[in-house]
Amino acid sequence: MTSFPRPALDLRNLRTEFRIRDRWYPAVRNVSVSLMPNETLAVVGESGSGKSVTALSILRLLPHAGARIQGGEVLFEGQDLVTLSEREMSSIRGNSIAMIFQEPMTSLNPTMTVGDQIAEAILIHRGGSRMQAKAEALRLLEEVKIPSPKSRLDEYPHQFSGGMRQRVMIAMALACHPRVLLADEPTTALDVTIQAQVLSQLEELKQAYGMSMLFITHNLGVVAQIADRVAVMYAGEIVELATVDALFAKPMHPYTAALLRAMPRADRGTENLEPIPGSVPALSAVPAGCSYAPRCPFKERTCLDLHPELVSSGDPGHLVRCPVRPVGGVH
Amino acid sequence: MTIEVASVAVSQPSRLWLAFSKNPLFWLGALLLAIIVAVAVLAPLIAPHDPLEQNIVARLEPPSAEFLFGTDNYGRDVLSRLIYGARISLMVGFVAILIAMTIGCTIGIVAGYVGGVLDQLVMGVLDVMLSFPALLLGLMIAAMLGASLQNLIIAIAITEIAPFARVARAPTIALKQQDFVIAGRALGFGPVRIMGVHILPNLISDVVVMSSLWMASAIRTEASLSFIGLGVPPPTPTWGSMIREGFDNILDAWWLAVFPSLAILLTVLALNLLGDALRDAIDPKLRGE
Repeated sequence: MTSFPRPALDLRNLRTEFRIRDRWYPAVRNVSVSLMPNETLAVVGESGSGKSVTALSILRLLPHAGARIQGGEVLFEGQDLVTLSEREMSSIRGNSIAMIFQEPMTSLNPTMTVGDQIAEAILIHRGGSRMQAKAEALRLLEEVKIPSPKSRLDEYPHQFSGGMRQRVMIAMALACHPRVLLADEPTTALDVTIQAQVLSQLEELKQAYGMSMLFITHNLGVVAQIADRVAVMYAGEIVELATVDALFAKPMHPYTAALLRAMPRADRGTENLEPIPGSVPALSAVPAGCSYAPRCPFKERTCLDLHPELVSSGDPGHLVRCPVRPVGGVH
Repeated sequence: MTIEVASVAVSQPSRLWLAFSKNPLFWLGALLLAIIVAVAVLAPLIAPHDPLEQNIVARLEPPSAEFLFGTDNYGRDVLSRLIYGARISLMVGFVAILIAMTIGCTIGIVAGYVGGVLDQLVMGVLDVMLSFPALLLGLMIAAMLGASLQNLIIAIAITEIAPFARVARAPTIALKQQDFVIAGRALGFGPVRIMGVHILPNLISDVVVMSSLWMASAIRTEASLSFIGLGVPPPTPTWGSMIREGFDNILDAWWLAVFPSLAILLTVLALNLLGDALRDAIDPKLRGE
């Protein structure tokens, strides 16, 4: 055990609940996963699978009314973020753990220049003079490869395109050299060529800054490009956790396999695409047994009553939440 | 290699400018207000007489070449008093609205941002305040504090806090769910910074537009309070007290009440025209009609 490096971020049995008509329903159910130093962990799943809520729970950014972290720990540098005060949390947000969001068009304040917005984050966490912060902002804009950064510094967000704004968001997130970067579908709103640029840039910056990255996406193509390990989420829980190679080569959970078959590929025709029947269960109507059972072609009688645990699949480091698992994977 | 081209958008202020520069009512309002402000500022230079100088011989003179708008019961020149009165009316309107805007916006933004019990409590109190007509509330406060220019401003400011709080609160609730506010929290910005730096600048245009409409209402309230004797004490000339004094002689000296009434009418009209034009320019639903 001692030979293992300490994880950069360690989620243990994290449980986040939402209130719907005066009852609390879990949106994230007992998620345990470790993010190792310099690792990129992708979290994939359909809309409503709890992947964004997991990231927002880590930084405790969920709305105060109607959402609560009901249990579990978020360990970061020996501290449990769940128990910190709001003030202590503020000094972690943006400083040690930063986050970038899906919508670059609305994630910047329209009334502030881009330079001021980047400088603001530096001033809060690092102090120093406005001049120094502005100089650092300029350096960051150069680092994320914004053309003619000097004149861009004093422009407003509406003068930037979507891809440029996402780079500005990345520059802001990097301003204080965070240890962990939470990326919530950062390329989803961008078109494909820009998406590839931003992805390779994130990868470069991750190496340069020595960060760990939690990368949330629903795009398996993006996962293959950027991730080291993948956690597949369904209905608020992790159903499969594996290295990216193992997951693509030998998916163990029927849901993962179905996701892969539903993914368009350049080397196959679209007639091979198989949509997954049904949809993710509503928060208030998660089945008692396996959450995926109602949509699963391999389900057995026990699947409907017995909630499966996330256990080793037999291969080292490959966990799966499915007791049925047809031999040789579910291809 | 970058293949992006930055989108070129017309900036917010110039779009606004386009929207109301085509509106003739905006120009009428702006012109009227400019004249009234100029008159108030230049009062000592353009007033033909001392507004306080009494002249028993020339009591209740009708309008003439010497006294363009006639004289009042004490022989004071109505035109000069009207010109000096503009200073009081505009100052009361401006200062009271500035105070109301500052306090009202703070209350509205904090209530909207914090939400929950505090929000319900604050909005409940403001709803009670709103249910009183401004004049009645002003009357109560002015009667409590006593008649002076300062108390008049305080009374009017208090009556106008509630509408400002409401106008600030609604966009705050929408803005606090905006991505850039959540992104700001993710960068570790505290609530005070988020409210002051990220929410306030995004709603200030709505508030400023509305303030021109409420300045008109503040000037009306000032005149009304002065009319019933709770305004600035004599002999300082204010439009409201001039109407009050003229009211006693309305049958044989019509000019005493009519000219200050017209002055109030024109000022309120100017501010309303400006406010309407600004609101139309800002409201995208009304734009392009």
